[in-house]
Amino acid sequence: MSARGSSTNEAALLTSLRNGDEAAYTALVDEYGPGMRRVALSFVRSSAVADEVVQEAWLGALRGLDRFEGRASLKTWLFRIVANIARTHAVREARSLPFSSLELESEVRAPHEPALPPDRFQGPDGQFPRGWASFPLQWISQPEGALLSAETCIVIAETIASLPPGQRLVITLRDVEGWDAREVCSVLELSETNQRVLLHRARSKVRAALEDYLTNEAQ
Amino acid sequence: MSELSCQEIIEVVTDYLEDAMPPEERQRFEHHLSYCPGCVTYVEQIRETIELTGRIPREEALPAALREGLLTQFRTWRRG
Repeated sequence: MSARGSSTNEAALLTSLRNGDEAAYTALVDEYGPGMRRVALSFVRSSAVADEVVQEAWLGALRGLDRFEGRASLKTWLFRIVANIARTHAVREARSLPFSSLELESEVRAPHEPALPPDRFQGPDGQFPRGWASFPLQWISQPEGALLSAETCIVIAETIASLPPGQRLVITLRDVEGWDAREVCSVLELSETNQRVLLHRARSKVRAALEDYLTNEAQ
Repeated sequence: MSELSCQEIIEVVTDYLEDAMPPEERQRFEHHLSYCPGCVTYVEQIRETIELTGRIPREEALPAALREGLLTQFRTWRRG
């Protein structure tokens, strides 16, 4: 993320780009290119298509440079272009692949999915109505700072890959890429509330998958 | 002030962590955590989920052919 204080650098960078400075362009490609490709890959499934998206996005950005007014940061602007192009490609891809709607707002209105199944809680006649039937088990602790085990990574990555598009995009940008909520809302054109709904569903499911994995191992 | 149930807590945990709760509900949430070890564990596990998700490996470099293609595209654009 470009820090708020980097606007002078950004202005200088834009001037260089408009003047056709290849070093400035290369620096930008190396800084944001990998992230742009990862974002493209959370919309589309094939890496060849993702590469096409990235290429089209940069061309679009270069052509639109003169129209860039600096209201959003350069990073947000670039990722918005990627998201728009990737969305178009994903819709095209969806004609041949099972792919649910990319209408993120309508995904939010999908029926409520509880974070955990109701049987994890006591019924209305229990000692503590709607309280835990039994407390969640402690997880096997993961080494701090060290590399995650390959299996843990697979559990997380596969769960994210299986999510509906909106949840997948939001958790990828927020928790894998480490963006803040405002950037995600701006790039995906979501309201803050809807962004939070999708994030909540996604995190709840990843937690449930980790619970399965990190407590079954222990038994 | 009515008490939140555990089943409600796990549905508002994201609002809590995102600091998107009115002060009064935040108070009810924290009050619940003060006596419920199950929900304390749950909230900790959501935090751990976020932390672990942030540590899965990401592809950090562009494929060489794509990077080369982007540079070629730039030179063409500059000439145009």
